[in-house]
Amino acid sequence: METDRARLASRGGEDPDRRTASDRDRRSGTPRAEEPVIESRDLSVFYGEEQALQGIDMSIPERRVTALIGPSGCGKSTFLRSINRMNDLIDVARVEGELYFHGKNVYDDDVDPVALRRKIGMVFQKPNPFPKSIFDNVAYGLRVQGKDDDVERKVRTALERAALLDEVEDRLDESGLDLSGGQQQRLCIARAIAPDPEVILMDEPASALDPVATSQIEDLVEELAREYTVVIVTHNMQQAARISDKTAVFLTGGYLAEFDDTSKIFENPQNQRVEDYITGKFG
Amino acid sequence: MSVDPGITAATSAVEDRKNDLVRYVFASCALVTVLTTAAIVLVLLEGAVAFFRFPDVTVLEYLRGTEWSPVIRPRSYGVLPLIWGTLVITVGSALVAIPVGTATAIYLSEYADPDVRKYLKPTLEVLAGIPTIVYGFFALSFITPIIQRLFPQTGTFNAAAGAIVVGVMIIPMVSSLSEDAMSAVPDSLRNAAYGLGATKVEVSTRVVLPAALSGIVASYILALSRAIGETMAVTLAVGMTPRITANPLESMQTMTAYMVQIGISDVSVGSIGYQSLFAVGLTLFAMTLAMNLISLWIRSRYREEYQ
Ligand SMILES: Nc1ncnc2c1ncn2[C@@H]1O[C@H](COP(=O)(O)OP(=O)(O)OP(=O)(O)O)[C@@H](O)[C@H]1O
Ligand SMILES: [Mg+2]
Repeated sequence: METDRARLASRGGEDPDRRTASDRDRRSGTPRAEEPVIESRDLSVFYGEEQALQGIDMSIPERRVTALIGPSGCGKSTFLRSINRMNDLIDVARVEGELYFHGKNVYDDDVDPVALRRKIGMVFQKPNPFPKSIFDNVAYGLRVQGKDDDVERKVRTALERAALLDEVEDRLDESGLDLSGGQQQRLCIARAIAPDPEVILMDEPASALDPVATSQIEDLVEELAREYTVVIVTHNMQQAARISDKTAVFLTGGYLAEFDDTSKIFENPQNQRVEDYITGKFG
Repeated sequence: MSVDPGITAATSAVEDRKNDLVRYVFASCALVTVLTTAAIVLVLLEGAVAFFRFPDVTVLEYLRGTEWSPVIRPRSYGVLPLIWGTLVITVGSALVAIPVGTATAIYLSEYADPDVRKYLKPTLEVLAGIPTIVYGFFALSFITPIIQRLFPQTGTFNAAAGAIVVGVMIIPMVSSLSEDAMSAVPDSLRNAAYGLGATKVEVSTRVVLPAALSGIVASYILALSRAIGETMAVTLAVGMTPRITANPLESMQTMTAYMVQIGISDVSVGSIGYQSLFAVGLTLFAMTLAMNLISLWIRSRYREEYQ
């Protein structure tokens, strides 16, 4: 049990070779054998009697943006929450099947969801900064994870990466709630990346924002994919087409209808219902 | 001619008068409360002024003197022993009620099953409805004997038993109001913290508690002002010996207990002992008023601002 946890813990994003290698891949655009970071096998989620996800099989590649799209209520958020076991917090939710993170089933008895969530950060649909200062918001994850050496620098780096530093540099001690909606969401992104997770889950992070703030978030997502694996739920198909490498289309009832390279999904979908959905015939 | 869009005022004079009437009824009800409060303050002030008019009473001695004996010779008029008694009970009860009440609130808000919460919270609130005289007897017949077994020199009347029983009495106030404040913290904040890899304890103590802090502190202060004003239980448990002592196992006297003592004694109306009642009452009123104002101020100053 301890060894497994240590294994989960030892897979930090600390290996510099790995990072540069994939950056090179990404820039040159050469195809590479992608080892999935996250892999679901026959994953089903139930809320009480109701089944919200129907045996999902999906492999999410490392340092890519994977978009989850589909009509409202089709289970996108549910799938996202099953990756970092946030569904554990919902009393009636029950998960069947497997979800592997670097080959380890996160639903095994010996997995500590707290340790898992330290590897897999999350950004929510509605910006939810703590009623604390901007600095303390970003430092929160560092502090609970005991990574609080050199907090000052880490907070600034995270704000910088979230493209927020310039706007808040001289008011880090003001309340995070005093920022605009778009700034709050970037603050939440900074907060999520400050402890340097491997994966970032985003549930419609731009749906509450205006077009300018939205395009800032989109740029940011593409930027983040250089270093992190990003899984993003979106209602906006153009957005998925713009920023993602892979797209998963869920359909009502909790079915994964198609999962492929984003270009294929949008140019040449295999599934008729997916095509209907993408061309706006329903949903 | 254009069509009437139906948005012009069409109320009749009768309806206008009805509206006015309703308004006056409500306003006069509100006025009753205000007038009562004003009357109480006036009566206290008038009586207190009469007290300080007595030739051998001075405001300075009242505020600084350490002996209180307005009825029995040799007379002295220093109110500090009574304030001390009140302070010991208040601080002592806070030491009981704040930790227990806060922990109970955290449990109710963050840990308890909905079913448990549904029954536990009303049960706690029943505690608050027990007449305080019953608490006084409980202190005398149950708490004091236990203290006496631990510390044999403890008197029949002692401050410790009073502080404990008042503390128990105000726990529901702390736990219930604090729980309200904590339940009002939106789940989105809890999710944010869980998503960052916080444990349940960390979410409770480092997100929910600080976010609800103003409501929690306000509940402390309300509970303390209740402790300051508490009368029957402390009269029974703490006794009637005005003195400044650090030993909680001795008898003391609170301001309220003194007022009971004078109220049931045979001092004649207009005598110095009788008038002292008003001076002490006014002092007590000022203290609880200050506490309530602080509580109000904290709540408005640090009102949680969630989107
Ligand atoms: N906490 C919950 N309790 C019970 N049922 C839930 C809960 N959350 C979601 N569901 C149900 O599960 C199904 C999938 O919901 P989910 O939120 O995952 O959909 P979604 O694709 O994210 O939708 P949207 O695009 O509207 O956010 C829905 O039928 C929903 O009613
Ligand atoms: Mg959703």
